[in-house]
Amino acid sequence: MSGLIVTALVILVFIVIYQIAKASELATIIRGEENVKSQTNRLMAWLMVAFFVLGMIGIWKCHEALIGKMLPESASVQGDHYDSMLIVTLILTGFVFFVTQALLFWFIFRYQQTEHSKAFFYSHNNKLEVLWTTVPALALVVLVVIGLRNWFNVTDKAPEGSMLVQVMGKQFNWLIRYPGADGILGKTDFRLMDDATNVMGLDTNDIAAKDDIIVQNGELHIVKQHNVQLVINSRDVIHDVGLPHFRMKMDAVPGITTTMWFTPKFTTDEMKNKTGNPDFVYEISCDQMCGKGHYSMRGTVIVQTENEFKEWLSKQPAYYTGMLPAPPAAPAGAAPATADTTGAGAVTMAH
Amino acid sequence: MSNEATTLHAHDAHAHMDSHGHAHAHGHEHHEQHFITKWIFSQDHKVIAKQYLISGIIWAIIGALFSVFFRLQLGFPDSTFPIMEKFLGHWAQGGKLTPEFYYALVTMHGTILVFFVLTAGLSGTFSNFLIPLQIGARDMASPFMNMLSYWFFFISSVIMFASLFVQTGPAAGGWTTYPPLSALKEASLGSGLGMDLWLISMALFVVSQLLAGLNYITTILNMRTKGMKMTRLPLTIWALFFTAVLGVLSFPVLLSGFVLLIFDRHFGTSFYLSEIFIGGKALSHIGGSAVLYQHLFWFLGHPEVYIVMLPGMGMASEILSTNSRKPIFGYLAMIISLTGITVLAFVVWAHHMFVTGMSPFLGGIFVLLTLLIAIPSAIKVFNWLTTIWKGNIRLNVPMLFALGFVSLFISGGLTGIFLGNSALDLHLHDTYFVIAHFHLVMGVSAFFGMFAGIYHWFPKMFGRFMNNTLGYIHFFVTLGGAYLIFWPMHYEGFAGMPRRYYDYSAWESFKQFSTLNHFISTVVIIVFFAQLLFVFNFFMSIFKGRKVTSLNPWGSTTLEWTTPLHPGHGNWEGEIPTVYRWPYDFKEDGNGNDFIPQTVPLRDGEEEH
Ligand code: HEM
Ligand SMILES: [Cu+2]
Ligand SMILES: [Cu+2]
Repeated sequence: MSGLIVTALVILVFIVIYQIAKASELATIIRGEENVKSQTNRLMAWLMVAFFVLGMIGIWKCHEALIGKMLPESASVQGDHYDSMLIVTLILTGFVFFVTQALLFWFIFRYQQTEHSKAFFYSHNNKLEVLWTTVPALALVVLVVIGLRNWFNVTDKAPEGSMLVQVMGKQFNWLIRYPGADGILGKTDFRLMDDATNVMGLDTNDIAAKDDIIVQNGELHIVKQHNVQLVINSRDVIHDVGLPHFRMKMDAVPGITTTMWFTPKFTTDEMKNKTGNPDFVYEISCDQMCGKGHYSMRGTVIVQTENEFKEWLSKQPAYYTGMLPAPPAAPAGAAPATADTTGAGAVTMAH
Repeated sequence: MSNEATTLHAHDAHAHMDSHGHAHAHGHEHHEQHFITKWIFSQDHKVIAKQYLISGIIWAIIGALFSVFFRLQLGFPDSTFPIMEKFLGHWAQGGKLTPEFYYALVTMHGTILVFFVLTAGLSGTFSNFLIPLQIGARDMASPFMNMLSYWFFFISSVIMFASLFVQTGPAAGGWTTYPPLSALKEASLGSGLGMDLWLISMALFVVSQLLAGLNYITTILNMRTKGMKMTRLPLTIWALFFTAVLGVLSFPVLLSGFVLLIFDRHFGTSFYLSEIFIGGKALSHIGGSAVLYQHLFWFLGHPEVYIVMLPGMGMASEILSTNSRKPIFGYLAMIISLTGITVLAFVVWAHHMFVTGMSPFLGGIFVLLTLLIAIPSAIKVFNWLTTIWKGNIRLNVPMLFALGFVSLFISGGLTGIFLGNSALDLHLHDTYFVIAHFHLVMGVSAFFGMFAGIYHWFPKMFGRFMNNTLGYIHFFVTLGGAYLIFWPMHYEGFAGMPRRYYDYSAWESFKQFSTLNHFISTVVIIVFFAQLLFVFNFFMSIFKGRKVTSLNPWGSTTLEWTTPLHPGHGNWEGEIPTVYRWPYDFKEDGNGNDFIPQTVPLRDGEEEH
């Protein structure tokens, strides 16, 4: 019923608008086309100016309304560089935005057609073209230099002594693996995977795998001021480890291992204080469309002090101890051939 | 094509034209040609253009309606809308979208708007309509191939539409359809039959685009009228030319990507698949690369965004100049920058893949190349601004849309500079910042170019004007709406809010935007109705619009306005006019006009341009 009323209303509004439009067209003919044209021209020029002014006010209001909802201060050292680069880019592009839009709307108003106005025949000027090719080019060079410096910094090899953690995406949650006491992530093979007994396909023939710890509740525990290197891959489709608070993001691709590293600056508790939000939590958002549960593929990062972390870790059993009686081993010939292409192989070597 | 063939063809059409023109004088033109050959299987480029345009409009309504549906979910996640159940049946049981169908709608929205509306609907319409008319040709090089191209598009459309009604739903992996998600039935409902239909439809679409593009290129290169040197072509034609070049060189790569995907889906190959455990079992695929698909896709995907953009750039140039009564500033610089964009468009694709774990060095190269492409874009903006500077500006509806185009292109282009810098993309990738970027720069601004073109050439297409008042309302609601919708999305993007989420309410980091999402969705609905106003205006004006009484209502210099009010197949009744000057001679002609058409010979002592 209400649907019917809405439809009727919409149709009514349409008819009214159409009638007004038709009437104005008729009026044009009665009042003389030229006359109306110049009036309309003036009206449109004013409307465009109004649009510009309202637009600028709108931008300001929008900023006021939303600035309080943005991310808190970066929670990683790398993120600080990110934020300052973002500010530089914002100022530069914001300046260009303002100047070009202002010129556009000003010209519209200033050079609107009036009874006696004439256009100025001006077809080209090579000096100007050179000028506005080189100036943007120079500005871009500045941005590229800052950008590439940051880019190579964050994509460089993780520093010695980084804490190693594997993050594996699956529809629709995150599996986290710690290397255990030996500091080595043991080999895995996707053919050993089993949802009940071997979620990440640990190869138990590899001694390094036996002390590996797997966390299945999506909690990534890391240590404040301690570099952490994430080794990322996926069990099924492409996911993406998005860490907005740390200004980091990296795809999780089945069959390919990616990595990222960063240095957390504040523990979760410190961040709760900083933001004044007792519910504050660092979240891992999946940033690559991965199926119907994509929007709920949520993990959390718990940044702790060294001691808290050690205490937490010591309570985590090695995954191997929970595995049911030895799962069927992979066919001897096949497993080693691919083990190296998984995260485990690559990391063991890097270490 | 040899010169001889060209003349032959022209003669053919010419002869046909004469009899047609004759019949016209007696007022029963319809007797000659059967309805079917005249309006359905027509080989007349002008009719094919209208077919593309009307198909595009229908698709645009569908695509926009889908966005209203999914914006309802985003803006009002706790409400139900029984009306949606009427449209979508079990996909919106009780008036609430299921996540599966939310993703299907997002996917279809992207596919429809990028490919069917802003590629086929846009360059299909204006390349067909304007190329022969503005270069002075009787039709395309191959009218038959041209007709085929439309019908391939039509079949592709039918298949895509049919996929909406499949039991498991249409494709749902995003318009980019990355495997393994799109390759494995187990991964998502939409990766079933819907995905097969999507791939078949898109393959036919590619065929259609190749047929069309080759035709456009051949026609522009070979069938220009006497005196129409390349350097006397209107910028619309230059833009449409480069659009076709981009399409012809990049669509085949997309097709190969799709073929490999079909193989992986059905024939057990492992091009994109490796080490996958899904649905409780390990698959046998080893050694493929999921990232390979992304390279193939974006090798088209990036040129594609310029395929969408260039026609609007060309038309805006034309319309800005005409309505400023002033030549386009830096004609040659405009052509050079179009060339630059076209060349660079092929070497920046991997900026869509900065976070796939690609080699950082390679990433660096793509940063350089990507920011390089911002330069020709900037040149164009400055030239447009200088074109209207000291002009004599008529603010009619097409002009307003052309000006809106420039404004939106600036706003959206500047955010490209953030995304192209990989160090910044590291946080912004796949957030609402990207949504804001490409909707402003490509979505809305290409639409503005298209609207400008429709309002401007409508008199030539249908012999009538569109209603002005409705046009003005349409313009202001759409421009204001576009900024209200997309501007705040930059903030959501800075906050890291991911795109393609069905619901944010469980996220501590993103749920604070619920009022904003609510606001945006409301504006979307209003803007949607403003578009219906346009559609209404369009169709009403075809039959009821004010009649065009003069041959050249806008005072343009280009050739299309030298044809009869209702040009028949063959365009000109007598000889095709000869061209003597560049297309932007907006200066005194000595008889009180402020423009000199291309067909007027140079006066004594007058230097060309
Ligand atoms: C000024 C130069 C431009 C630069 C530097 C630029 C850069 C970028 C970058 C780096 C991305 C990837 C963002 C990401 O996914 O993280 C992107 C996305 C996109 N850009 Fe641009 N862009 C520019 C202009 C344009 C233009 C003119 C168009 C369209 C006509 C366009 C359309 C798109 C589209 C459609 C996407 C998103 C595709 C998707 O992920 O679904 N861009 N742009
Ligand atoms: Cu996901
Ligand atoms: Cu791109």
